[in-house]
Amino acid sequence: MRRGGRICYHNFPHATIESRNVKRLESKHPAAIRWFHWINFPLLAIMIWSGLWIYWANDVYRVGIGSFTVFHFFPDWFYKAFHLGYRLAEGMAWHFAFAWLFTINGVAYVTYTIVSGEWRYLVPNRHSLREAIQVTLYDLHLTKTHPPRRKFNGAQQFAYTGIILMGAGSLVTGLAIWKSVQFGWLTWLLGGYRTARVEHFLLTLGYVAFFVVHIAQVMRAGWNNFRSMVTGYEIVSDESAQ
Amino acid sequence: MSEEEPVAPPAPEEPAAPPASDEDAAVDREMARKTRRSFLVGGAAALAGAGAWAWLDTRRPDDGVQWPLRLALRANEQTWRDYSSENRLARAYAPDDVESPRENGDLGLEDDPDPDWKLTVDGIAGATEPLSLTLADVQALPKVEMITELKCIEGWSRILKWGGVRFRDFVAKYAPGQTDANSYVGLETPEREYYVGLDMASALHPQTLLCYEMNGEPLPSEHGAPLRLVIPVKYGIKNLKRIGRIAFSNARPPDYWAERGYDYYAGF
Repeated sequence: MRRGGRICYHNFPHATIESRNVKRLESKHPAAIRWFHWINFPLLAIMIWSGLWIYWANDVYRVGIGSFTVFHFFPDWFYKAFHLGYRLAEGMAWHFAFAWLFTINGVAYVTYTIVSGEWRYLVPNRHSLREAIQVTLYDLHLTKTHPPRRKFNGAQQFAYTGIILMGAGSLVTGLAIWKSVQFGWLTWLLGGYRTARVEHFLLTLGYVAFFVVHIAQVMRAGWNNFRSMVTGYEIVSDESAQ
Repeated sequence: MSEEEPVAPPAPEEPAAPPASDEDAAVDREMARKTRRSFLVGGAAALAGAGAWAWLDTRRPDDGVQWPLRLALRANEQTWRDYSSENRLARAYAPDDVESPRENGDLGLEDDPDPDWKLTVDGIAGATEPLSLTLADVQALPKVEMITELKCIEGWSRILKWGGVRFRDFVAKYAPGQTDANSYVGLETPEREYYVGLDMASALHPQTLLCYEMNGEPLPSEHGAPLRLVIPVKYGIKNLKRIGRIAFSNARPPDYWAERGYDYYAGF
């Protein structure tokens, strides 16, 4: 079965489509995308970490009804365990320095996907929703129907496009908080200064949720898949070649 | 590295594959070669990143924050000062939105205000003596009321109604000529426990007030009686309570929180 992505035989002179071997190398992730992905990882980590130093100074968010609190963001043990308290000034300095790098990397990534045409693999199409449901059911062991093997399945398309929209959301809500007078119209559009802060926080929780699922899925997918995000190449077995 | 060179065995998840042909083995070798190269490059990049972080984190502090981060804060300040429009106003709220105030910080406010309080105005070009003004002198200027959101740098905010005079009117009356956009104004509490510095453009913003009323009442002691600064284009840390001295200057005046790691500009 052929997969999406460019197929690069030229790197390997012995492997041609007519040969009898079952294995071949397939180019999966372009170098630019791999760099953007791996650079984003520490940048987003710094943004979240410094964001926690900032959030600590007014940690009013909770899940609960009335005076009954189910969960408080965050419990004292959490701040203590990671030494997150009393670092507001430091947090703001890191946050507003690295916000630029986070933005530049994100904009460069989006620009690259548009210019290179990679967006075609990443943006959901009219089949993606049905496929995403199928993938989810399969992953939860609720169906045995294996989703189609492609570069990115429908669930991945929603996840990888969604995370970019979330990144844009963090920039916009962050700007609305940081420069609430110069971008007063934006702050107003987002529901006001306090609401923008809630939105900025919720997006961060979203990244953490994404990270947990992402890591679990990468572990499930295995070494060959993970390696392709580092090397760009995946080993594929051609069922029809023998 | 050549392809003929003997290489590591295939990746661990592959052993169940059918007996490898020569071509299969060659594919594995090629993959192993790419893997080695990519992980070396990736590892070097990760080390460089960790090194950069460790370097940044251990730099000598400049006013309470690592100097490269202080540079970044200053670069941000210059960017916003260059591209900000002074005509943009902080959002004005309706009377129904007004909240009760929150007390935060009592530097310079430990005692009740001195009944003989005077406002000292210093640094006026051409003046030999500092001005000494009474509250009545300030109140002689046109009274302005506004309902704006006071935003604390900690992350909370309060919508409050303020009554006072525009700082720009104050300058026009008592310090005409002190309007150079590159100059600064410093404010201090009477005993100088707390002090802030403002860029002149922000100080002259139409919503920057010298206030003597809050929520329709005379300013309470803990909120800065008899006269405080309210500057909605800046974080609360710049909204100095109980002003004792105002000094115009071409140099950046010292700023209490900027000396403790915060951004000097602190503007929205």
